[in-house]
Amino acid sequence: MRIVVCVKQVPGTNQVYLDPETRSIVREARHAVLNPYDTFAVAWAARLGSQHGWETLALSMGIPAVEKLLRDSLCRGIDRAVLLTDRLFAGADTWATANTLAMAVRKLGGADLVLCGKMAIDGDTAQTGPELAECLGYAVVTDVTDIKEVSRSQVQVSRHTESGVQTLLVRLPAVLTVAKDSCPTRMPSIADLARGASRPLECWSAANLGADPDRIGQRGSPTRVVCTETPPMKKQSRRLEGTLEQQAASLECIIREIVS
Amino acid sequence: MSCDTALPGAGGLWVLAEHDQGRILPVAFELLGRARQLADRMICPVAAILPGTVDQAGVSALIAAGADEVLTCADPALDNLPEDPCTDLLSHLVRQYEPAVFLIGATHWGRTVAPRVAARVHTGLTADCTMLDIDPKTGLLLQTRPAFGGNLLATIVTERHRPQMATVRPGVLPEPVRDTSRRGRLLPVEPPPLTNRLAELSRLVLPPEQGIAAARVIVSAGRGIMSQKNLALVRSLADLLGGQMGVSRPLVDMGWAPVGCQIGQTGQSVAPDLLIACGISGAIQHIAGLGQARMLVAINTDPEAPIFQFADVQVVADCVPLLRQLVRDLSARRKDGGLGSEAAAP
Repeated sequence: MRIVVCVKQVPGTNQVYLDPETRSIVREARHAVLNPYDTFAVAWAARLGSQHGWETLALSMGIPAVEKLLRDSLCRGIDRAVLLTDRLFAGADTWATANTLAMAVRKLGGADLVLCGKMAIDGDTAQTGPELAECLGYAVVTDVTDIKEVSRSQVQVSRHTESGVQTLLVRLPAVLTVAKDSCPTRMPSIADLARGASRPLECWSAANLGADPDRIGQRGSPTRVVCTETPPMKKQSRRLEGTLEQQAASLECIIREIVS
Repeated sequence: MSCDTALPGAGGLWVLAEHDQGRILPVAFELLGRARQLADRMICPVAAILPGTVDQAGVSALIAAGADEVLTCADPALDNLPEDPCTDLLSHLVRQYEPAVFLIGATHWGRTVAPRVAARVHTGLTADCTMLDIDPKTGLLLQTRPAFGGNLLATIVTERHRPQMATVRPGVLPEPVRDTSRRGRLLPVEPPPLTNRLAELSRLVLPPEQGIAAARVIVSAGRGIMSQKNLALVRSLADLLGGQMGVSRPLVDMGWAPVGCQIGQTGQSVAPDLLIACGISGAIQHIAGLGQARMLVAINTDPEAPIFQFADVQVVADCVPLLRQLVRDLSARRKDGGLGSEAAAP
């Protein structure tokens, strides 16, 4: 039985640079962090792996510097890591990303459980997990808050819905996207660091995956960014001047006009 | 774009009519309103796609909101909109009828099912659009969303794949005025073989969070509030105005406020009469959630804060002492005779 956890590098700050040609994010090693939601997916994978004796593997698509983040996952209890890195993968939208990750999962011989963060904080789409499930033909549950009762054929999960919380039995293989704080995380110990340092980490290219260049990266992406612009401003805006007391008084008048 | 009407909904604009036990969600009408406007320019039909059982009043409402056709699949197995069978049905209908555009509300359900359908039929999907338009030259759907973690709006197209799919958060688009004189066709469709790998064991319905989405007045706080205890001031002002407290994402990330209070692209979209934003710089994802506010008052120490570009009223000040002053003044007036009473008017 095998768990694959998919992780993504995201910019650690709001300072994001765009390539003026492709209008996609310039990925840099500096200030890069693991997508916060993915830390909970890694924690779940490590926990379920050690509880049930399942093999765990971390998978990412990104620039070579993402190795560092994968190494960190290995220090957090993951057995093995694969980084998909190639210029041909660059500029992928969610479909091309999901397709690339799916090819890697298939090359690994498939998975019983695939865990992802609920969304990445840079793109905010929450699409790659469900799209990956479809590319693999697996079941999927999004926004999972708890994973319990894991067997070889099914898993019981709780997840957020529009109106509350739902508990479901899901047939494996399945993709689960996990919510924030759904699993406790902890800093690796010295022993964990030593274990992680000795774990295998491989890099695979598009050629290693046998990927069709028309189905990966920007070329394989159904969507394309055609323009970016700064949002329109309000035309009529007034500024309240004066001392704090005067500003408060002016504001109170405005409030009283609306709230009566 | 070709508008072949040989098949129901073919080449047209589709809107998913999500419902909760037969009650159609407002986001479906919001999407239909926009789809109708776009279809009138493209001379294309608008179809509402309705899995499961909805009564005649619901169908009529979809037509009144802009649908020319309502494709229903009244299979009881679809009544609660289970995700697996709905993905089967929607993918099947898309393949069979080839719509040009398919719009889905970015609810929990929509955010799961839309990417599944998009991946299964191999097309593009743009999440959480704040604007939808048609390029007059190419006829392509222009899907605009805040992007890149910064202060930019990105416009995205799906050039070669069909349908062009997009999700829009509830409350982002205005609900259309319904025209009950509109005529439309009800088209029952046969479901494909349906699969389900998810079995529901239990469902816990939580009381709706104090809905900032429906609040008339919101006082919201960002990092400029400086400390968690200062949120009490924000709440006090909201209470005095009969409103709700909202926050920007960093405050939720820091654990200062529950996620239900979060305004923005990944939180709630709000449409109050009055929104007072305290110490919020105005990241575009946050702005995306408050586009429908009728009056935006922004309080920030930085005169260059991006939020001022969107504000009706700008107050360059430290929000903490200003809030304290406002709460003091308004509380005093309430004691004098209540906010808004004639006697207390200045």
